[in-house]
Amino acid sequence: MRKLDVQAIEDIAVGATILGTGGGGDPYIGKLMALQAIEEYGPVSLIDVDEVPDDALVVPSAMMGAPTVLVEKIPNGEEPFKAFELLKNHMGKDIFGTISIEAGGLNSMIPLALAARLGLPVVDADGMGRAFPELQMVTFTIYGVSSTPLALCDEKGNNVLLNTITNKWSERLARVLTVEMGGSTMLAIYPMTGKQLKKGAVRGTMSLAESLGRAIRESKLNHVDPLDKILEITNGYLLFKGKITDVLRKTTGGFARGKAIFEGIDEYRDKTMELEFQNENLVAQVNGQILASVPDLISVIDPDTGKPITTEMLRYGYRGVVIGIPCNEKWRTEEGLKLVGPRYFGYDIDYIPIEERFKGVRVK
Amino acid sequence: MIYRIGIDVGGTNTDAVILDQDNKIIAKTKTPTSQDIISGIYESLDNVLFQSNINVKDIGYVMLGTTHCTNAIVERKGLRKVAVIRIGKPATMAIKPMVGWPQELIDAIGKKYFIINGGHEFDGQEINELDYDEIDQVIKEIKGKFEAVAISSVFSPVNTSHEDTLERIIKEKLGDNIDVCVSREIGSIGLIERENATILNAALGGVIRKLAKGFQEALKRRGIQATLYLAQNDGTLMSVDYAMRYPIMTIASGPTNSLRGAAYLSKIKNAVVVDVGGTTSDIGILVNGFPRLSAMGVEIGGVRTNFRMPDLISIGLGGGTVVREKDGKVILGPDSVGYKVAKEALIFGGNVLTTTDVAVASGLAKIGNPEKVKNIDKNLIEKALLKIKELVEINIDKIKTAAGDVPLILVGGGSLIVPNSLKGCSEIIRPKHCEVANAIGVAIAQVGAEIDRIFSLDNVSRSEAIRQAEELAIQECIKAGAKRETIEIVEKEDIPLAYLPGNATRIRIKAAGDIAY
Repeated sequence: MRKLDVQAIEDIAVGATILGTGGGGDPYIGKLMALQAIEEYGPVSLIDVDEVPDDALVVPSAMMGAPTVLVEKIPNGEEPFKAFELLKNHMGKDIFGTISIEAGGLNSMIPLALAARLGLPVVDADGMGRAFPELQMVTFTIYGVSSTPLALCDEKGNNVLLNTITNKWSERLARVLTVEMGGSTMLAIYPMTGKQLKKGAVRGTMSLAESLGRAIRESKLNHVDPLDKILEITNGYLLFKGKITDVLRKTTGGFARGKAIFEGIDEYRDKTMELEFQNENLVAQVNGQILASVPDLISVIDPDTGKPITTEMLRYGYRGVVIGIPCNEKWRTEEGLKLVGPRYFGYDIDYIPIEERFKGVRVK
Repeated sequence: MIYRIGIDVGGTNTDAVILDQDNKIIAKTKTPTSQDIISGIYESLDNVLFQSNINVKDIGYVMLGTTHCTNAIVERKGLRKVAVIRIGKPATMAIKPMVGWPQELIDAIGKKYFIINGGHEFDGQEINELDYDEIDQVIKEIKGKFEAVAISSVFSPVNTSHEDTLERIIKEKLGDNIDVCVSREIGSIGLIERENATILNAALGGVIRKLAKGFQEALKRRGIQATLYLAQNDGTLMSVDYAMRYPIMTIASGPTNSLRGAAYLSKIKNAVVVDVGGTTSDIGILVNGFPRLSAMGVEIGGVRTNFRMPDLISIGLGGGTVVREKDGKVILGPDSVGYKVAKEALIFGGNVLTTTDVAVASGLAKIGNPEKVKNIDKNLIEKALLKIKELVEINIDKIKTAAGDVPLILVGGGSLIVPNSLKGCSEIIRPKHCEVANAIGVAIAQVGAEIDRIFSLDNVSRSEAIRQAEELAIQECIKAGAKRETIEIVEKEDIPLAYLPGNATRIRIKAAGDIAY
């Protein structure tokens, strides 16, 4: 167990954007919420998965909806707390701790604010090891953990308790409710035992985000390129360096789908990368050859600052370094790929782990 | 003949130009920026008036670009205490106003804030009704204690009604004793950033009044009865009345002015611009005559805002950069003699080898006394020149938007050090008067307006929504003083909202036009 200070939270927020693989929402608002909560209620404890007793109840806390709404309509701050209360009373059991459902992007921060408010520990793990757009896309689903009972609250005081037959149904119902409730809600979801947590969680992801954020900050201080360090920490691969020459976008059913075209620079001159995204980056190919695909992580980094560039920020003329990071093994199972493999997102390709795609290629 | 004067107050120099009706440059000057700013303005004004010898009665317009407001925020000087009112309860309580601000700035502005009931959803529906008793209470608390109020409301860029109502009530109850700034006029989506900018804007009210008064006084003393404009960060102008309301808009106008000046002087709308000063160079890019802007909002004095700045690369290369040889290798700077180059460079009788000396020794430039660099090792000169060339080439390539050669415009006092042939450049233009490009940029600036709103595409098509947004931008532009037939849409961007079903899109349009004489 250790305490997270202000610097740790700043670092996690930066690292979470890399794990957000272009989506997941800017952690900025979540970070300010966490910082304000820590100022009011004191620091947060981060504990290892193994520190959670098998029979303890752990409940993830998450935001659902549009990050663009959240930057304008900031939460009240009590919503996650109310969702927790509702779930606790419904289940008739005390909650031991909370955890992030999604270490990538904004949802890395939401449990921190809540944990400070309630004096509960945050578990150093999450349910994705990255960001994904839908509720059921968590490793817990693979291990049969139900997303319900699920409590959903808005800032106005409305709250809903859901019981569904599948996690996919939770996604469908909660999404509609969220839109009606004003575009962003807070959830207490996937209540699970310590035993289930140990089986299903992607471990160490808060610490991973923190070390990524720290590496970027320290590289900036020392005026060195953070890329090597980022690749080392994540066991990642350098996919491409280029300038964006075109970005095509369209929205369908709440998904910002699109494609960014990069023209190569430096050693990638005369090559072209196509990066396809649906909120998150999904498939990266160079000159028609796929280098990485979902569920492996694909992130774009600003070559000057080392800071991640989200898909909403991708714009004509920007320079970016594209990296690929192996996803958690749980996603590479048959069940995992059914949930988040390329075919789920509409790509008629087989998933090949990034390590295999790069086998024999000299890695920097 | 009607003349106009453009003045740009930069960190190092205050530049001024006089243009005639055909935009011909008839006088120009470069003087060091004074500590108090205003005496430097006097000096540059006197210089150009003396040079041109025009009748001051014929000066119709004076345009000023200044770092005044930026300095006030950075140095925390002359700022007013502001009462902050945010409309949005029960939303937004999780992040209070001014969270994350530097403590000295909070001390300067005070930390008096209210979060009251109200605000809107993304589709324009109310989150909560305004509570008039609550508003009365707030007004009682601020009455007589504050000179300025900053109001923000959740989703006010989508629905302005709550901000409008509160503004009206405060003005009714407190009259002209208090300045009221509303966030929808200051910034776009992103409550915290927009609120921050609104608070800073309210705090700058005293600073801008003092500046405008001082400047108007300076003009009066010289017998100039001209219309006065101030430069904005987006490369367009605003009237003094407008600037009094929106002083924050003067922030970061400097780099924009030099890029706009480069576009005007060269008559090229799409190009890379290298602005070489004494110590550093700024490399930016023009798209349709305007600077391409950075993706992220800028921090002003440690406060996050949603103002966008030109996308610039700054490198440590200028006309005063010191050139050394070590172990057979040439090293450029990073130190520079800066504006003292006119005394310390070899060609001007000094004893420091600078990049300007290299340019003269190689025959690239003809200034100073070339005899003084005649005996310098030709090999060293060649190597130094190659080094300059490579440094500029790499950074031009970095900022370029696409592969292929682009025109390059060189401006700034130090631009003579850049070689005549560069990789990646289709042509290199060194426009006449390039050393005062920023003052020219101010003088020729247009008036502009921007709108940034979320549109629902359920009932209108995307192209119809964009058309509506363009018309709104044009109307705003006319309000700001532009001549309708000259107005052009200079920027257009739409970004669909992610993670929400239903087709909502955020459209940002910028329009600009010539001043209606």
